[in-house]
Amino acid sequence: MSFNAFLFQALNGLSAASGLFFVAAGLSLIFGVTRIVNIAHGSLYMIGTYIAYSIATKVGGAVGFWGGIVLTALLVALIGAAIEILLLRRIYKAPELFQLLATFALVLVINDATLWIWGPEDLLGPRAPGLTGSIEVLGRRLPTYDIFLIFVGPFVLWMLHLALAKTRFGRLMRAATQDREMVGALGVNQAMLFTGVFALGALLAGLGGALQIAREPATLATDLIVIGDAFVVVVVGGMGSISGAYLAAVIIAEVKALCIGLGVVNFGGFTVNFSKLTLVAEFLVMAAVLIARPYGLLGREQVAVRSVAEPEEPLRPATAATKIAGLILLVVLVCLPLIAKNSPYTLVLGIDVLIAVLFATSLHFIMGPGGMHSFGHAAYFGLGAYGAALLVKWFAAPMGLALAAAPVLALFGALLFGWFAVRLSGVYLAMLTLAFAQIVWAAVFQWETLTGGSNGVLGVWPSAPFDSRGAFYFLTLALAVLGVFLLRKFLFAPFGYAMRAGRDSPLRAEAIGLDVKRVHWLAFAIAGAVCGIAGGLFAFAKGSISPETIGVSRSIDGLVMVLLGGIQTLTGPIVGASVYAVLQDFMMRSTEYWRALLGGIILLLVLAFPSGIVGGFVKLISRRKTTSKAAS
Amino acid sequence: MSDLAIRSLSKTFGGVRAVNEVSFDIKRGEFLALIGPNGAGKSTCFNMINGQLPPDSGEILFEGAKLNGKKPRDIWRLGIGRTFQVAATFNSMTVIENVQMALISHANQVYRLWKPASSLHRERALELLAQVGMQDAADRPSRELAYGDVKRVELAIALANDPRLLLMDEPTAGMAPKERNDLIALVKRLVIEKGISVLFTEHSMDVVFAFADRIIVLARGRLIADGDAKSIRDNPQVREVYFGTGKTFQKSGAH
Repeated sequence: MSFNAFLFQALNGLSAASGLFFVAAGLSLIFGVTRIVNIAHGSLYMIGTYIAYSIATKVGGAVGFWGGIVLTALLVALIGAAIEILLLRRIYKAPELFQLLATFALVLVINDATLWIWGPEDLLGPRAPGLTGSIEVLGRRLPTYDIFLIFVGPFVLWMLHLALAKTRFGRLMRAATQDREMVGALGVNQAMLFTGVFALGALLAGLGGALQIAREPATLATDLIVIGDAFVVVVVGGMGSISGAYLAAVIIAEVKALCIGLGVVNFGGFTVNFSKLTLVAEFLVMAAVLIARPYGLLGREQVAVRSVAEPEEPLRPATAATKIAGLILLVVLVCLPLIAKNSPYTLVLGIDVLIAVLFATSLHFIMGPGGMHSFGHAAYFGLGAYGAALLVKWFAAPMGLALAAAPVLALFGALLFGWFAVRLSGVYLAMLTLAFAQIVWAAVFQWETLTGGSNGVLGVWPSAPFDSRGAFYFLTLALAVLGVFLLRKFLFAPFGYAMRAGRDSPLRAEAIGLDVKRVHWLAFAIAGAVCGIAGGLFAFAKGSISPETIGVSRSIDGLVMVLLGGIQTLTGPIVGASVYAVLQDFMMRSTEYWRALLGGIILLLVLAFPSGIVGGFVKLISRRKTTSKAAS
Repeated sequence: MSDLAIRSLSKTFGGVRAVNEVSFDIKRGEFLALIGPNGAGKSTCFNMINGQLPPDSGEILFEGAKLNGKKPRDIWRLGIGRTFQVAATFNSMTVIENVQMALISHANQVYRLWKPASSLHRERALELLAQVGMQDAADRPSRELAYGDVKRVELAIALANDPRLLLMDEPTAGMAPKERNDLIALVKRLVIEKGISVLFTEHSMDVVFAFADRIIVLARGRLIADGDAKSIRDNPQVREVYFGTGKTFQKSGAH
């Protein structure tokens, strides 16, 4: 690549950076003040593209386009404010990360609402009036609109800086980012502040979306792509730092542009297609930054938020009632093939649910007792699934061997990734795990010669004697029960206690001789291995495995299952996984708008049971006990 | 023989010499109070001894072995227990499980995956709780306890590895006067029974003068006095750092 071509790609990167910056800045501001990781931020961006498209095409002309951009930003800000007032405000007191569940539900609802209003086709907006031309830069033609975008980013950055430094609202925001309890104690109306911040964040997302319509079509896939990129940018730049967000947006966009620009390069016999490395490169940058500077380039260590959630009850062995209920459930599950003789689909669903239970329980193992909120549990699922499938594909391995290899490969992956992850905590740990999962995903997606790329691996069917559906169901049941039982056993053993000790008070744990990082690292590895079994079973249950089944959405599914059931109870993930898997299956079959329906149900559950289904149930019982005690 | 020997310990934060060439010894079985006004460097001193902060220079010797550069968990394994200024217990566990956790760690059983932790060392944990008068609360969640009781549980945790030296950073902070006295009397009794040495910081002078065998005084990072209660009380320098010289407002008063 010539130097001129290199510079030209760098300019392209700068114009892409502006769009990234708008979303990331909004996300960062919202997180800084409210401590909510707003997964729906990409959805707000997506709405921005659609609204701007509608205004630009309906009104037309310069007024429709430029006026539309301003109007869109304001409308999206209103939507953001409405979300905060109607939904999030009700659950600030819920356990940490529970808001995440709510914003995920919003992603589902908004996506389907957009589908309903605008339809499934991609919509390409008009070109920007006044900026339709292009000028020659370095011997190539660069659209003037891109040049405009290059300058919009820094301009908005400057405006934000002024607003944060000079206005009362800006000062309050900075204060709340540092210590929101103190801001509350000083008599600031927190509700107003939170709504304002949410509206501002949404405004930036809407603006970013609206500005894109002249470059890229509005599509329904935007939401998750944008939120993934925005997470990376925010974490690389440092949570809560606006300048950091811009710096990171530039770095990420430049790295991507550079990869595309490099194209296919020969290294003495090795051919590397860099344009296919864009996905891996982005997450490698993030992983590298987090390892070198755990709080991002311009970020500072997060002040621990004094938890508003209710503290956890001590772990008690299962009561007689729970044991009997578990036994009955087990008997029903064993008899399921008999009960459901006439509906073979029940067994397929049963296998799905059991795999989901194993997946969610292994995630809960590190999330609950370990206090490590992994956003990338799909990595170990994927390693297990691909490990088993590739053994079958390349070495025609028997199923037994392939299934045994699944947890081993996942274990090694978890040992490697976990070693880095346990050095961080909170949101940074979450984001690093997400980055690792994306690296696994991108490697699988882009290493076509080994993994078959987007087509995946086909023909991974169970061998005798498990080649009938009933037999495979029993195998899945046995492994799921064994996995759940072992994880539970570990939690009651000294190791599980040490995990919780390290989570409750790292200071005290170290002071009684515990190596907290090592304990959490091994916990990470155990969870990864068990999750690998779930992945291996999944590959054989479906007969195939493809990259889309191990993507971000699987990691998020796991989070939703754990939070839905209740993170503070051991039965929570089992109930959460079952409910979620059955609901998803049922709705996907019954309506085109299953996402909205599922999102709506999650929202209802979030509002009704802020500590999860099982958590809510437990609380209800204990409340009844205390009232009956008080009465007598 | 001295249990703990501190030699020319120094620590600087930015331009502040928080601890400046401090040296002292603790003899076996001694109950030594480290006092000084706010910002004197007491907590910094403590955090260097227990491994939380690396000293800039100087030596910390425990029974002749150097502690510099060791991690808190390794220092604990050498037989040094500690309690925190803001009591820290494991909130998701019961009182007795808190103590059991320390006993499990002491017995090197942390990485066991099978036998339930609650069945391990229960007898010994109850004994320790009985020593601090908390055996009746053994099966209550530790987060439900009153602060004074949490401090006592912390003491039981700190005693779990049969320490030969106990470091207590403001053991009575946040407690009522009666509670304070009881807690320190309890510690003193245990010290005598078990022959443990104790280094503690304290703001309540009643407690210090009533129980400490010896008192050392820090002011602005320097050790300014070392002696028994009477000699500290009469020391003009100590009086000066606690009560001032009375000269601060003389100038403005003269106008």
